[in-house]
Amino acid sequence: MTPAGSLLIADGLHKAYGRTPALDGAHFSIHPGEVVAVMGPSGSGKSTLLHCLAGIVTPDSGAVHYGGRDLSKMSDAQRSSLRRGEFGFVFQFGQLVPELNCVENVALPLRLNGVKRKEAEARALTWMERLEVADVRAKRPGEVSGGQGQRVAVARSLVTGPRVLFADEPTGALDSLNGERVMELLTEAARETRAAVVLVTHEARVAAYSDREVVVRDGKARDMAGVR
Amino acid sequence: MSIGHTLLGLLESGPRHGYDLKRAFDERFGHDRPLHYGQVYSTMSRLLKNGLVEVDGIEHGGGPERKRYAITDAGITDVEQWLAQPEKPEPYLQSVLYTKVVLALLTGRDAGDLLDVQRAEHLRLMRDLTQRKRTGDLSDQLICDHALFHLEADLRWLELTAARLGQLSKAVRS
Repeated sequence: MTPAGSLLIADGLHKAYGRTPALDGAHFSIHPGEVVAVMGPSGSGKSTLLHCLAGIVTPDSGAVHYGGRDLSKMSDAQRSSLRRGEFGFVFQFGQLVPELNCVENVALPLRLNGVKRKEAEARALTWMERLEVADVRAKRPGEVSGGQGQRVAVARSLVTGPRVLFADEPTGALDSLNGERVMELLTEAARETRAAVVLVTHEARVAAYSDREVVVRDGKARDMAGVR
Repeated sequence: MSIGHTLLGLLESGPRHGYDLKRAFDERFGHDRPLHYGQVYSTMSRLLKNGLVEVDGIEHGGGPERKRYAITDAGITDVEQWLAQPEKPEPYLQSVLYTKVVLALLTGRDAGDLLDVQRAEHLRLMRDLTQRKRTGDLSDQLICDHALFHLEADLRWLELTAARLGQLSKAVRS
């Protein structure tokens, strides 16, 4: 797929940790509303690619452009603001704050952006209903199942209306049935809101929810869309 | 799939005409491959000959006569034995994919590329099945899941083989 009309573009990314190269000239692009699976063996560089795309890690060379802006030319504060407002994140483990109940967890990104508690929690609850976890709103993360916790995390990632959702092995800790439901709800919500989803996974059944896949091997990313 | 056993199993709930049997089979099991009438009638003749079904009645209408079949005690025992017998797992030892990978290595072609292309093809089918699951009923979901798990097993083999290409290349060239 060509980068024309892309929301997020990575061009020739290089990143090494010490002498170990993690990315070696990786290219990537994603359009609004598109779900792209990033696949590859452990240690291939797929998580590093996600971290560079999200502005969490700065590449040694190459550039990431989001909405036409070069991430490396932004200040830390600008990148933070981007991550809080326009990017959403779902990880495999340990992302909910244990001291807050579930609705407070989902509302947290809004509260950090200055939205008042009542409004933030009302918006949070809408997303929890959508993710089928409204009934655990008053429970703390330690009191809900793994599947419910992950849906709460997905609701939290979507509550700010992100334009890009980064999901790193979002179903890695769930059984097949729960994993499947989380993927259905996540991709449906993302397509409806036209959010682009960068989905890092090593599971083919999870990748099957994507529109296309990019395979990372030895730090290089290969777009498989046109491969036949 | 054993069509004979499946039709017998469908007859256990009560006698049916050949046409009803075909319809019941297609609804439950024939998703991509509905039965031909010829298959139903040839199977029923065989089951009749073997004493597993009997003719329960014949209707004479304006068209050809319609036989109604009923399962016999021997038929019920046959279904019972078939259900109790485990299916032989297929070991797929003569994999075409394995042959292609070895030949690619032997002829100096890019085996990694071959594996990537195959992975893309598998994923394409997995996407179709996942979409079908999302819009289908529970039986669609179960059938698609069975196919998805098998495709996933293939993909795991593709990944592992991709990781072992260097080793395999040395082995086939030695």
